[in-house]
Amino acid sequence: MDTTIEATVTVNGTPVTRHVPARQHLIDFLRDAVGLTGSHIGCEQGVCGACTVRVDGEIVRGCLMLAVQADGRNVDTIEGLSDSGELAELQKAFHEHNALQCGFCTPGMLMAAQDLVRTKPEASREKIREHISGNYCRCTGYHAIVDAVQEVIEKRQGGRR
Amino acid sequence: MNARAELPLHAPGTQTDKGYIGQSVPRPNAKRLLQGRGAFVDDLRFPRLAHVVFFRSPYAHAKVKKLDLTKAVRQPGVIACFDGRAVAEYCTPWVAVLAHLKGIKSPPQYAIAIERACWQGEAIAAIVADTREQGEDALAHVEAEWEELPVVTEMEDALSNRYVIHPDLGDNICFKRELDTGAVDDAFKQADVVVEETFGFGRHTGVCMETRSILADYNAADHSLTVYHATQAPHMMQDIFSRHLGIPEANVRVICKDVGGSYGIKVHVYPDEMATAAISVILRRPVKFVADRLESFLTDIHAREHRAKVRLACRKDGQILAFDLDDLTAIGPYSVYPRTSGIEGNQVVNLTGGPYTHQQYRAKMHVVFTNKNVTCQYRAVGHPIAAALTEGIVDLAAAKLGMDPAEFRRRNLIADDAYPYTFPSGIKFERLSHHKTLDKLLALMDYKKLRAEQAALRKKNVYRGIGLAAIIEVTGPSPAFYGVGGARISAQDGATLRLEPTGMVTCIGSVTEQGQGTEGIFAQIAASAVGVTMDKVRVITGDTGVTPYGGGTWASRGAAIGGEAVLQAGRTLRSNILDVAAVILNMDKGELDIVNNEVVNKLTLESKLPLVELGRIAYFRPDTLPPKFQSELTVTRHYTPREYGFSFTNGIHASYLEVDVDTGFVKLLKHWAVDDSGTVINPMLVDEQVRGGVVQGIGAALFEECVYDETGQLLNGNMADYLVPMSGEMPDIIVGHVETPTKQSQLGAKGAGEAGTAGAPAAVMNAINDALAPLGARVTVQPFTPERILKALGKA
Amino acid sequence: MKAPSFAYAKPRSLDEVFALAEEHGADAKLLAGGQTLLATLNMRLSSPALLIDITGVPGLSGIAVKGNVLRIGALTKHREIERSPDVARHLPLLAQAAPHIAHVAIRNVGTLGGSLAHADPAAEWPACCIALDAEIVIAARGGERRVKARQFYRGLFETALDAGEVITAVEFPIPGAGYRSAFLELARRRGDYAIVGVAALAKASGGKLSDVRLAFIGGGATPILAKTAMAAIEGKQLTPDTAAAAQMALAKDLAPTGDLNGSPATKMHLARVLCGRALTALAA
Repeated sequence: MDTTIEATVTVNGTPVTRHVPARQHLIDFLRDAVGLTGSHIGCEQGVCGACTVRVDGEIVRGCLMLAVQADGRNVDTIEGLSDSGELAELQKAFHEHNALQCGFCTPGMLMAAQDLVRTKPEASREKIREHISGNYCRCTGYHAIVDAVQEVIEKRQGGRR
Repeated sequence: MNARAELPLHAPGTQTDKGYIGQSVPRPNAKRLLQGRGAFVDDLRFPRLAHVVFFRSPYAHAKVKKLDLTKAVRQPGVIACFDGRAVAEYCTPWVAVLAHLKGIKSPPQYAIAIERACWQGEAIAAIVADTREQGEDALAHVEAEWEELPVVTEMEDALSNRYVIHPDLGDNICFKRELDTGAVDDAFKQADVVVEETFGFGRHTGVCMETRSILADYNAADHSLTVYHATQAPHMMQDIFSRHLGIPEANVRVICKDVGGSYGIKVHVYPDEMATAAISVILRRPVKFVADRLESFLTDIHAREHRAKVRLACRKDGQILAFDLDDLTAIGPYSVYPRTSGIEGNQVVNLTGGPYTHQQYRAKMHVVFTNKNVTCQYRAVGHPIAAALTEGIVDLAAAKLGMDPAEFRRRNLIADDAYPYTFPSGIKFERLSHHKTLDKLLALMDYKKLRAEQAALRKKNVYRGIGLAAIIEVTGPSPAFYGVGGARISAQDGATLRLEPTGMVTCIGSVTEQGQGTEGIFAQIAASAVGVTMDKVRVITGDTGVTPYGGGTWASRGAAIGGEAVLQAGRTLRSNILDVAAVILNMDKGELDIVNNEVVNKLTLESKLPLVELGRIAYFRPDTLPPKFQSELTVTRHYTPREYGFSFTNGIHASYLEVDVDTGFVKLLKHWAVDDSGTVINPMLVDEQVRGGVVQGIGAALFEECVYDETGQLLNGNMADYLVPMSGEMPDIIVGHVETPTKQSQLGAKGAGEAGTAGAPAAVMNAINDALAPLGARVTVQPFTPERILKALGKA
Repeated sequence: MKAPSFAYAKPRSLDEVFALAEEHGADAKLLAGGQTLLATLNMRLSSPALLIDITGVPGLSGIAVKGNVLRIGALTKHREIERSPDVARHLPLLAQAAPHIAHVAIRNVGTLGGSLAHADPAAEWPACCIALDAEIVIAARGGERRVKARQFYRGLFETALDAGEVITAVEFPIPGAGYRSAFLELARRRGDYAIVGVAALAKASGGKLSDVRLAFIGGGATPILAKTAMAAIEGKQLTPDTAAAAQMALAKDLAPTGDLNGSPATKMHLARVLCGRALTALAA
């Protein structure tokens, strides 16, 4: 059986075809085969959330998905969602609230936060804490992150009224 | 001593007043991190890059009877394999002792262990391969035969010297210290109340999100080594690579770009990192080592394993008369280079009882070797231990007297007008503000209302607790910390400021950025000192080839020491710019100032000369200036704190929580921290620094512990089983500030990075015990797991 | 750490799955969501020669109500169950349990069948299936067979699945009107595996509880239906005495093992606390 397989993954809207080792997880694929180093490896055990990316619109742990499993699917990374402007509001709020320090967890944290912002616009502080509870941050006390996400959610609610 | 220039930084009457000092300005350098466009070591791409992985001891203590790498080296993609002897030819061993820690001892430590492994996870061979995967594949083909040796895991066992881990050293005692003011026994005899308690502290570790990372690139042509390193102290590492690899210091360049969290973890010399650098020299190519999470748990320094008995004597009116301390701590098989592993225990002795006015103090402290991973300085070194001992026993005394814990503290905290003050352990306080911080805290949390709420809920069998913890904190240390002991660790830092022809200011500092906001506050200080807007400042840090020489990031010193260097350089640059302006404008320098990127008339604020125009003339048309005038638009200044060994800060925490007395689970409801870190340069950054510190402290109190079994195997060395605090369980954290600037510097900043971690565990412990008090239960061994709380309640 | 090298196949039919499984035997592992498997591979805790990705097989996903049965395909993701209006209406216990499974990013990928087959005694779905008396639909080369969830779990990480068999669906009998459910667990942090937990279901009428089911997680090597405790409360009104009787009876049902989270005695105590709370919720 072949341990290397051709896969075509649409990364941030652009199809990328590579021969990938079957054992390579999606984050190593993104970082090494595609050169997008914004998604980080924090544990490779599916616990820390630093590798959170979006596959077909849903957030996943990039270290718990093989690159070959993403064959034929759409993957969005921090770089893509930054360029498309989708994360602009959250990024601005994170910046203004100092909701990051070393920035290593931040791409994954933004992915998780955006998943909440776009699906549950009524989220309370408690709900925000719950939704990002799968993403470690060792620098901040999470408080500023919650502040930033809450501000974006409240702005959106205000905008709808 | 520098005369302290009064803030505002700008001339009185100008509208810019304090400039950006005290403003919550977002960090300019955060934007790239928000887009995933930072440059962590593992993000760098090099041609011919080789990956190194390590074969590590599965045993806590064992002799290597046979080590055969011949099969491993034949595996696909493997470039080379090395044992300890091979690497030792290129990298000399080290012994981590300091002259001012009298009697401290430790055996020589090699980059890769030779013949014997002394803890589970110690590297005994390195495999270099084209990819990390191939290196790991080859690990399975290393053939090693071991002879297991007796294992010492318990501190008391180590202290008994039943089995001596390093026979050449004679015993298992790395370091001991005794301190006695002389009349402690008398004080205890005179006391109305004596309380005693033994407290335990679990070993824990830093868990930086970015694991330890190093990329070493040796260039054989000019015998130079460039190291991209996730470190807090690039100049220290430059010196160490130079001395241990035999490369002239001038040929070693250490670059740290973005660093994914440090907290003290990344300020030490790690054998596997030294081996990586040596292997780059041997192989004459770039070599990278990025620790995976499992080896991080086994080899990143641990900290805080202590057991301590503390006694307190006080009078009926609450006045504390004396503290008596006996502390035991275990550090693994080696003292860690170059700071030593004696400092944490030393700090516990220095700081226990620190906020209070008692005059008698006795302490005994032993640091012992064990066969577990090494421990060393991790965020708030010794402080969380000292604070928990102090504040735990203080609460016990207050309870015995039937006195409110806030009132008990008020009666004993050193008065705000008593400074300078020398504490019985010998440490000197320049100026603290215990009573101001206590008042502010009680107001912030509405202490009385909270007590009423607590009492009302107790009637409904809801067990809530309020815990207070006053702290002192060592910040901005002088050479007294390490330099006097012979360590080549810089206590001074420098900053270079340059006005560019475009009117931009480049600020190059020796303190590093680990996410705490160094570059942001440097930009604030530089902009304020020179008189430009922040968008005109670019900050560069973390490159020994570029920055002034300095110590880097540790001991809450970045703002206090590095910031002061920036301020002084900025003020001088401002003066030098005005010299140029005076010549160009043919005006008296005293009539001029710089405001918002322009030279202005100091009194009228009338614009006289934009800096961009001044820059053009100074750099490109100096021929138009008087013949003897030379502009000096680059300024470097350095700063060393001298007057006091340490700039002490103070603060006080409060925790409010609820204990589920059926399950032993603790729900944190809120946490408050009021700290006096001197001049606050950016409240928003300080707030979240404090909060992050609080959460690490809460981790110690409730969640985190490196659990070893009796054979020295780490049982929970992975991200799922070692419990780092997560957002879901953390409370909102309210931060307040009192500002008592140090008079040692012009800036007045002291430091803030460790305050949260220092005080939080004690506050949480006291709150739990406050909640449990009506049930007659009490916990003293961290972390306070549900099981430990249930045991205290007699339910498990 | 990186996973050891393996081959990968993505068959398009169950027959192809069976053929590959037969050919490679114990060297092959089925890959569904992979949320446990890939983590263990990344720690090199096992080294299969081949991963057979079954997510390309059509018809193994989806939630459908047929009469008194709610059928969930094995490849249905935790998140789909969590969000399903049919599940919320007919099997609220599953909707109550779903948020306890790890975190959103994992629930988006992990599958019901994968969780059941992995058989972690601390996992949520197995206990729910036992409480709801679900039937697990298993396909093999020779055809389909059904095993009651209550007979499915044999030991630690051990199930009734034979080599080469694949879970295709789970069928849940829909409890009639008047049933209440509760899912409670104690985990140190949100999303962590539970120290102990309970999936509870009963009919509450006239102040009495009947058809009580209490399925515990973390109570032993498998998820456990606490029959003695259930019998102690069956048909009775919930009072401090009857609750205590059920709690005490757990000693006969559960045999928790000690680990980093606590001793057997601590876990037994916690199970009793949860038992009491679950009964209170059912009777409320």
